[in-house]
Amino acid sequence: MHFVLQGAFDPALVAIGAALVIGLAGIPGLFIRQPGPGQILSAVVTVLSATAGVPAVLQLLFSKTSTTYMLQWGLPFGLCELVIDPLSAFFLIPVFLVTAAGSIFAIGYWPAAEHSTNERGLTFFYGLLASSMAILLMARNGVFFIMVWEVMALSSYFLLVTEHEKAEVRRAGIVYLIATHFGTAALLVYFSLLAAQTGSFQLPVAGSLSAISPSATIVALAAIIGFGAKAGIMPLHVWLPSAHANAPSHVSAVMSGVMLKMGLYGIFRTLTYFHDPPLLWGGILTLCGITSALLGIAFAVAQRDLKRLLACSSIENIGIITTCLGVALLGVSSHNNTLIYLGMAGALLHVLNHSFFKTLLFLGSGAVIHAAGTREMNLMGGLGKSMPRVALLFLVGAVAICGIPPLNGFISEFILYLGLFLQLKADSLIYLVFLAPVLALVGGLAVIAFTKLYGSVFLGTPRCPDAVTHHEAGMTMQMPMIFFAVLCLFIGIAPQLALHLVSPAIAVCYPLLQLTELPAEYGVILGKISLSGVLLLSAVVIVSLFWRWRLGRAPVTSATTWGCGYQRGTARMQYGASSFSELAVSVFTGIIRQRIDRPVVNGLFPGTARCSDHPSETILERIIEPLFTMIGISFAFLRRLQHGLVHVYMMYIFATLFILMLWAN
Amino acid sequence: MISLADQFLVLVLLINFISLGTSRLIFSIRAVAVQGVILGILPGLIHPFSWHLVAITLVIVTVKGFVIPQLLGRAVRSAEIKREAEPFLGYVPTLLLGALFTALSFGFAGRLPMLPEHQNYMFVPASIATLMSGFLILTTRRKAISQVIGYLVLENGIFIFGLLLAEAMPVMVEAGALLDLLVGTFVMGIVINQISREFSSLDTSLLTSLKEE
Repeated sequence: MHFVLQGAFDPALVAIGAALVIGLAGIPGLFIRQPGPGQILSAVVTVLSATAGVPAVLQLLFSKTSTTYMLQWGLPFGLCELVIDPLSAFFLIPVFLVTAAGSIFAIGYWPAAEHSTNERGLTFFYGLLASSMAILLMARNGVFFIMVWEVMALSSYFLLVTEHEKAEVRRAGIVYLIATHFGTAALLVYFSLLAAQTGSFQLPVAGSLSAISPSATIVALAAIIGFGAKAGIMPLHVWLPSAHANAPSHVSAVMSGVMLKMGLYGIFRTLTYFHDPPLLWGGILTLCGITSALLGIAFAVAQRDLKRLLACSSIENIGIITTCLGVALLGVSSHNNTLIYLGMAGALLHVLNHSFFKTLLFLGSGAVIHAAGTREMNLMGGLGKSMPRVALLFLVGAVAICGIPPLNGFISEFILYLGLFLQLKADSLIYLVFLAPVLALVGGLAVIAFTKLYGSVFLGTPRCPDAVTHHEAGMTMQMPMIFFAVLCLFIGIAPQLALHLVSPAIAVCYPLLQLTELPAEYGVILGKISLSGVLLLSAVVIVSLFWRWRLGRAPVTSATTWGCGYQRGTARMQYGASSFSELAVSVFTGIIRQRIDRPVVNGLFPGTARCSDHPSETILERIIEPLFTMIGISFAFLRRLQHGLVHVYMMYIFATLFILMLWAN
Repeated sequence: MISLADQFLVLVLLINFISLGTSRLIFSIRAVAVQGVILGILPGLIHPFSWHLVAITLVIVTVKGFVIPQLLGRAVRSAEIKREAEPFLGYVPTLLLGALFTALSFGFAGRLPMLPEHQNYMFVPASIATLMSGFLILTTRRKAISQVIGYLVLENGIFIFGLLLAEAMPVMVEAGALLDLLVGTFVMGIVINQISREFSSLDTSLLTSLKEE
């Protein structure tokens, strides 16, 4: 009995148990005929598991040790270990938090009573996705990793095609399925090469491989392609905007907030294997990262679909994380410990931060879409009046994602800036400083994108006549958002505490470097940030209290927002989402083809005319689709082999067997 | 005991020819059932007694000898067909091909690098010959039920090969193989039902109309 209890309180076991229970949470709902109880049960179970899982994971993170469990799986691919080291534990935090929040949100957003046909499947696969991601982080056997990876990819596919009666959703699903299996193909190469190098399917321990051999380069390349396709690093991001836009919002939150990070986790993990990465690797990662960041946010500015905009901004944030990682890798190559620490801390912290504010924003977009009934920003407007709480929470997320103090997005980007400016004093890699203005441009574009989003959705007057039905989101939808808003604010104000989370994970990646604490001078800087954050926050609070006090005392007249003093202003006279961003997008013509169908205006009294814009996905539409069509045409002759005659199919097998036998002779 | 096992294996080979050469479906099904029963008895002849072995024998005899033939017989009765009328390849050429493949498999088995204690058995050649016969039935017959029979014969071939390893075979693998067989039969049963409902015939060559354009 004593041993049982001791085992039960082992945090690693609690974490594994929580992961498994979340996976099973959706199953009872499949067998309950009445819609509703299954969903609530699943949410309760998920939240309880997460409340058990998060402290366990934190304990594992701070203990700075790794716990190993052996899975008896009876397959001929060597030992199947489940290991939770601080790096896994760090990535497990968002897995638990975001999935728990999403499952509560689903009760209000996707009520079983209204969606009786697909709610069961949605709840089931949601749990499966969360569980597979958690197990993935623990898997240390290549074959097992691929299996769990596929469970993750397929369950997210089924979540994505929840509304498969819509053609657009099916198309997004197909693109996602192809992209994710393209990545899996690269991962098969990756794990086979690793196995060939190490002699087993066990993932190598940190710093055990040399990066000089040519096969190491291929391993790294396969990792960037395979994991990058999942993370959405350019140019492998093609599946991301449509997939995130077409999934139910809480699923988008999990996909963007957590699933993309699984790709990044793979890259993190891969980089730990090598003790001497060449300068080129860091260079390539940095370049990919900064390109993704810049183009991702440029695409985001051009979008007119609320969720597509958020999805494109995910590409940007993944780009920023990749840039941090690249910078850290450059630090490893040039033996600059401070650069390693700043790069890694920026990357890991941004992983955590992005999963917080992006979840907040996607959940917020879910609440908005639930109220407005459309994803088209040009049709929204004035939602801030009917749903003030959601508007405030969304504002917190938007400010955070733009990297504005005192919220958490600022902290991680600031750490990256520190790393970049550090190179001014260094005698090598000075050109890294030039990344800082690019990063600033990214930040500026992010502000444009989110001003566009917030302005056209929440401010102004409703552009749609049926806006009267807008309603504030219910408590189940607000609570998860409040939770993440508080987390964003907390990390923004207490960055030192967040860095305590990050340090053990960095120590796992580079155990030889003794990097555990931030150099003292940066600690001072962070302290000042923290102080100014508190001041800023109290200023905001004081000003808004003062404003409310004034509002209560003075006579209030209500008029049209942005009415410009006209007597009879209409909603259509205000700036639309597309018109707001047109100028910014026009700078990027060539990369973003924003097609605007402009009406020709003739005479003094022109008739009714329409103007519409269509942001295109350059890489998908210009490169990948033509490529696939070409491949389809050139392999058309192979289709003759697929004629539907079962016997001849059997004959194929028979012939193959026969030839093999003759060959063996 | 070994010689007895070999005689049984000869019987298995002869049954292959029965199912290759007959057009009457019920007869073919019964022949395959007998083959299944023989295969169920075989492990008892070549391995020392154990309860594990008894269990294997019982399960195999039940499934291969009774359950699956029963299911197939019901399908034949409900579809109201008695004969495989027009196979892709006639019965005499099929028999000749079967003989050729049996001879080839003996030749092939002789060249395989095997353990000395397996060297003199007929297990490997019989296994390959049965497998080939199964394939022949699968490729030359038109009716869905004949396809199931072919599939069963093929499975029997694989099973004979597994007999050599019966002691090393963990329960999981056995269960897997049997489950595979049962599921295969079910799938085929569904196919039979669907084809006969859709095309009012059991001709699998009609499935070409399902092909993607």
